[in-house]
This record gives sequence, structure tokens and C-alpha cells, in this order.
Amino acid sequence: MDFGDSPDEAAFRARLRGWLRDNDPGLPASSTSDEYWAGQAAWHRSLYDAGFFGLSWPEDIGGHALPSVYDVILDEELAAAGAPPRPSLGYLVQGILEHGNDDVRRRFLPGIVNGRDRWCQGFSEPDAGSDLASLRTRAERDGDDYVITGHKVWTSYSDLADWCLVLARTDHDVPRHKGLSAFRISMRQPGIEQRPLKMINGITREFGEVLFDGARVPAADMIGDPGEGWKLAMTVVSHEREPGELGYVARYKKVVEELAATVRAAPDRYGPEQVRDLGWAIVEAEMLRLHVCRRLSDRLDGISHGPEGSVDKLLMTRVEQAVGHAALTVGGAAHGGGDDTWLKVYLYSRAQSVMGGTSQIQRNLVASRILGLPT
Amino acid sequence: MDVRLSPEQQALRDSAAQVVDRLGPHAVGELDDAERSAKLDAAVAASGWRELRTATHAGGPWASGVEVALVAEELGRGLADVPFLGPTLAAELRRLAGAAPAAAPETVALGADLAALACRPHGAPAGAGVAVDALGATAALVVVPATGGHTVARVALAGDRARLDLTRPTVALDPSAAVVALPDGGTVVSDEGEARWTALGLALTAADLVGAMRGAVDLAVDYARDRRQYGTPIGSFQAVQHLLADAFVAVEGSRSAALHAAWAVDALPAADALAAAAVAKAYAARAARTVCETAIQVHGGIGNTWECLAHVFLRRALLSGDILGGVGANLDRVLDHDGIGGARGLR
Repeated sequence: MDFGDSPDEAAFRARLRGWLRDNDPGLPASSTSDEYWAGQAAWHRSLYDAGFFGLSWPEDIGGHALPSVYDVILDEELAAAGAPPRPSLGYLVQGILEHGNDDVRRRFLPGIVNGRDRWCQGFSEPDAGSDLASLRTRAERDGDDYVITGHKVWTSYSDLADWCLVLARTDHDVPRHKGLSAFRISMRQPGIEQRPLKMINGITREFGEVLFDGARVPAADMIGDPGEGWKLAMTVVSHEREPGELGYVARYKKVVEELAATVRAAPDRYGPEQVRDLGWAIVEAEMLRLHVCRRLSDRLDGISHGPEGSVDKLLMTRVEQAVGHAALTVGGAAHGGGDDTWLKVYLYSRAQSVMGGTSQIQRNLVASRILGLPT
Repeated sequence: MDVRLSPEQQALRDSAAQVVDRLGPHAVGELDDAERSAKLDAAVAASGWRELRTATHAGGPWASGVEVALVAEELGRGLADVPFLGPTLAAELRRLAGAAPAAAPETVALGADLAALACRPHGAPAGAGVAVDALGATAALVVVPATGGHTVARVALAGDRARLDLTRPTVALDPSAAVVALPDGGTVVSDEGEARWTALGLALTAADLVGAMRGAVDLAVDYARDRRQYGTPIGSFQAVQHLLADAFVAVEGSRSAALHAAWAVDALPAADALAAAAVAKAYAARAARTVCETAIQVHGGIGNTWECLAHVFLRRALLSGDILGGVGANLDRVLDHDGIGGARGLR
């Protein structure tokens, strides 16, 4: 057991650290401001062009085929440099890798990995949240196309997306999980209406509603077979629950270090309660880094993703919300006006126990699939 | 980086698990079975696990912090009622001082609040202090201020046993007992050496906490599968499932931090090893109290009776939590390492 770098890993770390010295775009941590997303596409392409993105993905889609522990090194160095986290696209890539045919993988994946194509994900609907399989968006065959009609919500960055991974019902005569299919549909066409949702921290660019009313998608752009949509969705959400896939260690460490620097700069201003919250944020973020090291090392054995993703999601949620509490108590709520960045960080943290499957659903999964409790 | 256990480490862990599963207490009543506990003690003695931190010819320990922590975790899970932590920390202290291994069973004595090694000026009586994990020990090591650090001395044990932890008694030092220099003297343990010793102690207590939590969760999950109310196992109710799921998740997070702490003991600079250990200990100490309380809650009325093993896990966890400091002391260590508080006069 060794948490230290191998010679190859150390060389990679040194090369990355050198590059980061000259190439940090100075963006805030993600999801706390509309400014982040405006600069994120350029940051993605910059990371990719320098050879530091898609480290563990196959080479034929633009990745580097390295062991996934390299992702931990990337996250550690991004955090240490105060650079923005890497774009969180692993769940999309893994879902298409696992379920798409050769044609789909060849056409769709390189553009996602190199950052030239922006995607959003259309799963949830107003009446299909935790009970995703009850979704009602329809895809009806019309010649070589399918025609999509329905209402999606919580669609992150839909207004900036070129494409949407949409989950729709193609067969109404089979049990509900089995009638779903997945498509890549162009967001740049008539028949799609977008409505931004303003979140509790005031940001407007992240979440949206998307209404499909006769939007068209070529049948060849179905990902997986007809009826395979549920399985693809489960692959996507299981990866979406994993901090190692998401790169969130860097996001949390960046915030924690900024809070620690704030306290170090003027220690007399902070009392025991604030410092204690900061202490927990440091401990929680470090725990998550170590937990990701453990998970990604297990993957060296080829252990595939299973219900432990729910454990990781719950741990990650606790970390994000502990960091959020530290942001609130140390950073303050801007009672006197001015910069309310830390308040926004705190308010955004409340979404982590909902997005990607609520904490209640994750606990159900841990209880039944890991602890073997009866249902 | 590859944090999987090596085949040898897996074999060691499996071996410790087998010993404690075969000879550890499986019911509260078995804690009084002297024949069983003597067999467990003999098996642990024969394994050589208590000598893993004694010195090789080159002066280093026979095994790294990882191996010792793997044993500690399994012994905690199985509620092993034989010494391990105490003799291991005593052996480490002797190794750091360059002193010969102990001739008779020995442990370490901490201050009255268990937060650090008991420290006595040369020639003074022992004063207040507590020998931990003291079953069968005839003496406890303390430290004595010296130029450049501390020297190591010993105090004979003869006090009352406290029984917070039903598996590992603590013994108050006789305040008037003499502090006696080690026969072969030994050299000064530097502050850096003592930081590394503390890191080992925190890593081992964190591992013990992880083990105790695993044991408590296993106990409660088994009970929730069997116990029926309203005509169905109570483990089918979401209210119970979510308690147990949260407990399991807390164990997993604690385990990741504890494994890193165990590795860091020998692999990182002393200050970083101490910070890694403090992260693990703060996290595991907070988690363990909640997890063991959950095990009691899931058992309902039975969980509040002496005969249910749940409180034995809680008691063990409370002691391991306090040894070398629990949540507050270790958050302070973490913050201090990040340049906040501590010596910087914040608090």
C-alpha cells in the first residue's frame, strides 16, 4: 500500500505543476457564479490541448489511457495551484463508452473530450425526479428520424449546450423501465424552448427547463439499442455519484484553502466556532481525497462500478456541505452588502444532497444493495 | 500511488481476523471466560504482533504503521480483550529511545486526560496519570524532560482498574510511585521522534475505532434483519435503513483516512505524519460515537441492556477516542499544521 507517487507519476506531477504555473485562468471554483461557466469552455480546451484532460479515457477518443489514479494527481495539483477544477464530463463519456456502438462512440466522444462540443443531460422531468422511470417525454419514429415531445428540468447549462443526451419513451407497451431509449439531439433547432431557472444562490446560468415540441433527431443518433435507455441512465448516474469521476476534490480543496488563507491573514477576527467549522472543512476535504485514492486504486484490479457509488455520493455530499458551512461562518453572509461569494458557495452546497440522486435514495441503495437489508 | 493492500498485508489482516473471530468474545458473558481470553492472549503472543514496532538491527521497526494498523482494526472489530495498543506504543517508545525491548509485559502511561504521554521531572513521584490497555502489564512507560526532547522512564503498576472499556482496562498510576530510569538508559527522544510516536498512536486508535465501528454495524445489521415488528423485519423500514446506511458510510470515510494515517507514520515527514493522523483521528472519533450509538438505537430496549454487545463497542470506541486526544485536540492539530491557531495565538 503506497499513497506516494511512482517515478512516472512524479514526473507527470512535475510537468503538470510547471504548466499550471503559466496557465491558470484565474476562474473561481465552479458553480458559484455565472462567471465560471463563461470561462469554463476555454479552460477545458486549454487543459485538453496541453494533454491534461481525459487522462484515464481511451486514446482513440482523445484520452491518454492512463490508470485512473492520475486523475487524483490532476485534482491535487489543480487544488494546490488554486486553478479551477477539471470539467465534470466523466459520466457522459462513460455512459456513451459503455452503451454506444462503434459509430456513435467515434462520432460523439472526441468532441466531448476535446471540449469543442458542449452537451447537457435531459433526464429529470417535473413529474419524474427520484422516480425517473416514470418519465413521459416521447420519441416517435418518423422516417429516418425520431420526433421528441416532452418537458425536461434541472438540465444543467442547457442554454450553452450544442447537444442534449435526452432520455425518452420509445415503447409504451412494455414495463416502464424497458420502454426508454437515449438519444443525442441537437439543441440548435426549432421545436426546443429553453427557460432558465434562477437558483437559491442567485445564479441563472446553471439550471434550466427544456421543452421539446416536435424536435427531431436522426435514428442513427440513438445511443444504445431501443429500450436500453434505462441501463444507460443508470450507468451515467452511477458515475455521476463518484467524486473521482467528477473531480470535486479540487473544487472543495480550492474553497477550503481560500477560507484558510482568509483566516491566516487576520486571525484576530475569527472566533472558535468559525475556526472549528474551518477545521472540519479541512478534515472532510482531505478525507475525500484519500477516499478517492482508495476507490481509484481498487479500480486497478478492474473492479467495476457498483453500489459503492452511493457511499461515495453520500461522503461527497457531507464534504460539500461541511465546506459550505465553513464558507458561511468564516466567509460570512455579507450583512453589510458587498461581495457575497461565500454566501453563494454555502447556498449552492444544499443542492449536492439532491442532484445526481437524493441522499434519501442513496441511503436506500446502500441499505438494500450493500447491507442486504430487506425491502 | 496504489493504496491496495499487498498480498502479505492481506494475509496479515486475514490472520488477525481469524484469530479474533475464533477466540474473541461473541457475547457479553464471554468476557468473563478466562480460559477463552487466555487462549486469545496466547494466540496474539504467538503471532508476534505486539513486537511489530520493536527495532531491527538497523534500528527501524520490523513492520510499517500499515501492518500494525491492520491488526489493530481487526482486534477492534472483534473486541479483542487482550493487550495490543499499549505494548505496541511502549515498544515504539523504547525503539525511538534506543532502549532494549521490555523484559516483562509493559504499556504506556498518559496524563490524566489521556491527551499525551505522562511527563514527569527527573526524580519526582509519578503523580496523576493513567496506564492504558494495561491488562497484565507490570509497568508503564512515561517521559522525563531532557535537553533536546525527553528520556523514557518507567513506573510500576498496582492501581485500580477502571472499566470504561470492558475489553481494555486502564489503571491509574499510584501518585507516589517512583519514576525509574530504564536499566539500559536509552537516549533522548527528540520532539520529532515524539511527534512520530504520537502519529502512530493516533493512527492505531483511529484503526481501532474503524474496527469497532465495523463490528457495531455488523451487529446492528444482523439484528435488523432478524428482529420483527409489525410482522416484518425492522431492517425493511426506511427509518432504520437510513440510520444503518449513514453508519456504514461513516465507517468507509473513516477507513480511507485511517489507512492513509497508518501509511503516513513511516512515509511522510513527522509534522505531516502527525497532521495525517490527526485528520483520521478527528474524523473517526466523531464518527465512532455516532455509529456505536446507532447500534444501540437499532437494538431498541435490548440495546440498553448490559447483555447486548452494542455498549461494549461504544465503550471501546470512547476509550480509543480519548487516547492521545479526540475530536477537539485533533482539529487543533490539523489547523495548526495549516498555520491556524495553536502556537500562533489564535486560541
